[in-house]
Amino acid sequence: MISSTQAPLTFSSVEANAGLKVALGQKRADILETLRRSGVRGRGGAGFPVAVKWNLAAAAQSERKFVVCNADEGEPGTFKDRVLLSDYADLVVEGMTIAARAIGAKKGILYLRAEYTYLVSHIEAVLERRRKESLLGQAVMGQNGFDFDIEIRMGAGAYICGEETALIESLEGNRGEPRNRPPFPVDTGFFGQPTVVNNVETLAWITTIFAKGADWFKGIGTEKSTGPKIFSVSGDCERAGVYELPMGITVEALLKEVGGENAKAVQIGGASGHCIPASEFNRAIAYEDVATGGSIIVFGPERDMLQVAHNFLEFFVDESCGQCTPCREGNAKLLEGVEMLQAGECSSRYLRELCQLGETMQLASKCGLGQSSPNAFLSIVKHFSHEIMSHKRAN
Amino acid sequence: MLVTDRDRMIEDIASWAETYGNARSALIPILQNIQKKYCRISDFAMQQVADLLEIHPVEVYGVVSFYSFLSEKPHGRFVIRLCRTISCDMAGKDAVAQQLENDLGIRFGQTTPDEMFTLEWANCLGLCEQGPAMLVNDQAFTRVTPEKVADIIEGCRRQLSVFASQRKEEHVV
Repeated sequence: MISSTQAPLTFSSVEANAGLKVALGQKRADILETLRRSGVRGRGGAGFPVAVKWNLAAAAQSERKFVVCNADEGEPGTFKDRVLLSDYADLVVEGMTIAARAIGAKKGILYLRAEYTYLVSHIEAVLERRRKESLLGQAVMGQNGFDFDIEIRMGAGAYICGEETALIESLEGNRGEPRNRPPFPVDTGFFGQPTVVNNVETLAWITTIFAKGADWFKGIGTEKSTGPKIFSVSGDCERAGVYELPMGITVEALLKEVGGENAKAVQIGGASGHCIPASEFNRAIAYEDVATGGSIIVFGPERDMLQVAHNFLEFFVDESCGQCTPCREGNAKLLEGVEMLQAGECSSRYLRELCQLGETMQLASKCGLGQSSPNAFLSIVKHFSHEIMSHKRAN
Repeated sequence: MLVTDRDRMIEDIASWAETYGNARSALIPILQNIQKKYCRISDFAMQQVADLLEIHPVEVYGVVSFYSFLSEKPHGRFVIRLCRTISCDMAGKDAVAQQLENDLGIRFGQTTPDEMFTLEWANCLGLCEQGPAMLVNDQAFTRVTPEKVADIIEGCRRQLSVFASQRKEEHVV
């Protein structure tokens, strides 16, 4: 029930602790160099180069540094991290251990969303086994001076805590309200100390890069988006589930893979992503074209796109942390606008104003949530105006 | 609340503060324990936690009101959270929602009078490929249909009656 992979993932062929062994045999600078050569970028959606992040944290001067695994997978349509933590938790923990070695951290925290509480006992068992095997704790793998252990911390039901500074606020016992950036967590993170926050999938790929080599990783995908990517596919398709596909794959090729060829639109990147109509199915899924944290939601020919926009905006109204005005008020206004469209009470002029409001939110919101929450609405208005306008007035 | 109940809660909170420490970062783990055991975080509990962590109770309230898995209002023994986000919506969550309301006799956001069940909407549960999905406390149910709702609810009632019979045995001993 917890796991549902359509085809074997590369992760299943990675030998236990092979990546960790290679990494711990290297000097810090070489670990960072391997990552730089692989070109791996953050798999959570933002796509920040891992090597840059780790370099900054490694260079920061502090006795106390932290490695945080972001397992607060809340983006609508994303479930790959759930599968990875069920089936490949060891690879994720190995990745955290490599990160600790690279930046000089002694403590790791795995921040797991409350909705995945059923995974805790499994992950705890993995950590406990690794402690017994000297892969965590004092002198990891017999290396004197390298002490590292991991604690699981539970989220409490807030989508915004997937944003790294909100996650850190939550760890510190506060409301999950994002901080201003800069300063970035690599410099001023958990308890004000240098902290790297990486997504579950990113950490598993890092382990794989050390096991299989940077060149193997770079050989897959495009120049700017290297490596394979794990996708979570749901909606109107024959074979929903988790897929491993190369970065740069076209929407069309992906749809063929999952049995969703007759789709009229695909939501790429979840509620905060973009809605791609059939006429643009030749676009590539990569950081340089349509970026995604892996969420793919397929809409069949019968779907009401206005209802889709309504569902997404309801989500954002609920999940906005309320800290900044563009996001708090903007999402509520957009939702109200969609309801006016549904009731046939929205003039074209007001719809244009709503689109301008959406653009303002993209510019003026404090964090990624508000900056990306209008994306779905704007792309649906742009591509499906024929469908969302001219609704009959109720009376 | 009876004085003895209060005493029990004071003891519980003190022991959790011992486990997690009394730094601010211990706040959420302590609150999660209170929520789990007492099905709510009352004003009294918030004041206790604030005293132990030496922060203002409003700070505690701010955190409780922010997170959807923490609540001031009393929750039932079983909190049913049905996912309402897009994939589960397309998979037919409305029919499941209607049957849940019919079987429990309450609306979303309400708790049954016997304090057994609370019905809530949840945002994406991360079970999108197996929708409609819902959580009953920590347990996930997938591909839920209106027909399956009754069995899931009966399963909860059976669990509770097992607890009740265990308690009875304890008394006999």
